[in-house]
Amino acid sequence: MSERVVRIAAPLVVGAAFLLLWEWVVAAEQIPPYILPPPSLIAASLWTDGPSLLGSLLVTLRVTLAALAAAALIGGAIALLFSVSRAVELSFFPYAVMLQVTPVVAIAPLIIIWVHTPFLAMLVCAWIVAFFPIVSNTTVGLNSADRNLLALFRLYGASPVKTMWLLRLPTALPYFLAGLRISGGLALIGAVVAEFVAGTGGTETGLAFRILEAGYRLAVPRLFAALFLLSLTGIVIYLALDLVSRLILRRWHESARTGADE
Amino acid sequence: MEALRGIDLAVSRGEFVSLVGPSGCGKSTLLRIVAGLSEPSAGTCRLGISRASGRIGFVFQDPTLMPWSTVAGNVLLPFRIAGAVDAAARERVAAAIEAVGLGGFERAYPHQLSGGMRMRVSLARALVTEPDLLLLDEPFAALDEITRHALNDDLLTLWRRHRPTILFVTHSVYESVYLSTRIAVLTRRPGRIAAELAVRLPHERERSLRSGPAYAAMCDEVSAALARAMAVDAPP
Repeated sequence: MSERVVRIAAPLVVGAAFLLLWEWVVAAEQIPPYILPPPSLIAASLWTDGPSLLGSLLVTLRVTLAALAAAALIGGAIALLFSVSRAVELSFFPYAVMLQVTPVVAIAPLIIIWVHTPFLAMLVCAWIVAFFPIVSNTTVGLNSADRNLLALFRLYGASPVKTMWLLRLPTALPYFLAGLRISGGLALIGAVVAEFVAGTGGTETGLAFRILEAGYRLAVPRLFAALFLLSLTGIVIYLALDLVSRLILRRWHESARTGADE
Repeated sequence: MEALRGIDLAVSRGEFVSLVGPSGCGKSTLLRIVAGLSEPSAGTCRLGISRASGRIGFVFQDPTLMPWSTVAGNVLLPFRIAGAVDAAARERVAAAIEAVGLGGFERAYPHQLSGGMRMRVSLARALVTEPDLLLLDEPFAALDEITRHALNDDLLTLWRRHRPTILFVTHSVYESVYLSTRIAVLTRRPGRIAAELAVRLPHERERSLRSGPAYAAMCDEVSAALARAMAVDAPP
């Protein structure tokens, strides 16, 4: 059996076995569905509540993707600024770290008070969580240009702009894309956290708010269904960014190369 | 840290001078100073040629290629930096790639090439601007012997074609004798020039030379000079 088949089949077998065990335990122990619903009930709930949950998912996804785009743009720009001026980097990097380590749950209420548009408030929350990996990765990348190549650029009298464009930016690209892959998942988490805080204010109903609501009503199967959709979304975002990264780097970067062209 | 002391070396246009010495004797520092990449802490380095972009070529010990660019893209680099990418530049790139024997590999990426081929790309990039001065910092040290010999011959062919002045750093006595018209032997750090030897071998050099007595005698002479240079400054 080829490695490829194993890589896909093995987790599927484990997942199926786990679901069967879950189903069996719930039935054998007669656990009520509001404590732990069996997978079959969750699947049924996914079927009946699916359309409305998908609508909520779209709301959450919009915040996530907008935050990710903003993180890529602004994060990339900040990294560029850092790499151009060491003084700027030294002065501002600690504050970027501070924004990163402060739990977003703790500052979300403030942001919701300050930013009146709910969509924008959630976008800011998600952005705060998502921008840091891009900033820190891209900054490292921009400063990782090969020393001999830098010497060569000097020998040929390259301007700083030329060196940035022809050497530093291409060097930083794989770092930026690695940051983007991390930020994709973080943006989703940020969006969900923001909704948990803001959603109760009666705004558009994203998936996180549906989870809260289902919890209050003890509609646990629906809660699980929403949770399942959320995880699935995270996985799809990661895979999509991974694919983008591979497509961009496939011609030259180690991370994107398969053994085939060796 | 002082890498060099008392370097007094005059090189005429069109010469092929090898710098031979133990590792860490400051040979690379000397090349960087000549290239204008480092400033000497004392003394001067005067060039009879312009330091304008493309007048000096530099080849490092590793090929130093941009992995995201094709062979043609890498060789085109000097022109891209100068903002002079036109049909003439592309023609010169194609000619330079052809000259190092990589015709047909223009669109390959560095990771698809062998070590020797990558070094050829590096040579093509250094030669594409037809520099007056070519600086080579142990360019073939990491290659296997067969590839190394092949590249030695190719370098000689390329040198005869345009006749740039060449400063070639190596720690191989055999390589320096085979290639150069003159050899400067350096001492341990801080390196200074212990001996200068003219290579008394015919100008046209072929592989058969390597097995001849004249070549062996010259190698012995350089080896002896190198041994003396290392003994002089040996730490107590």
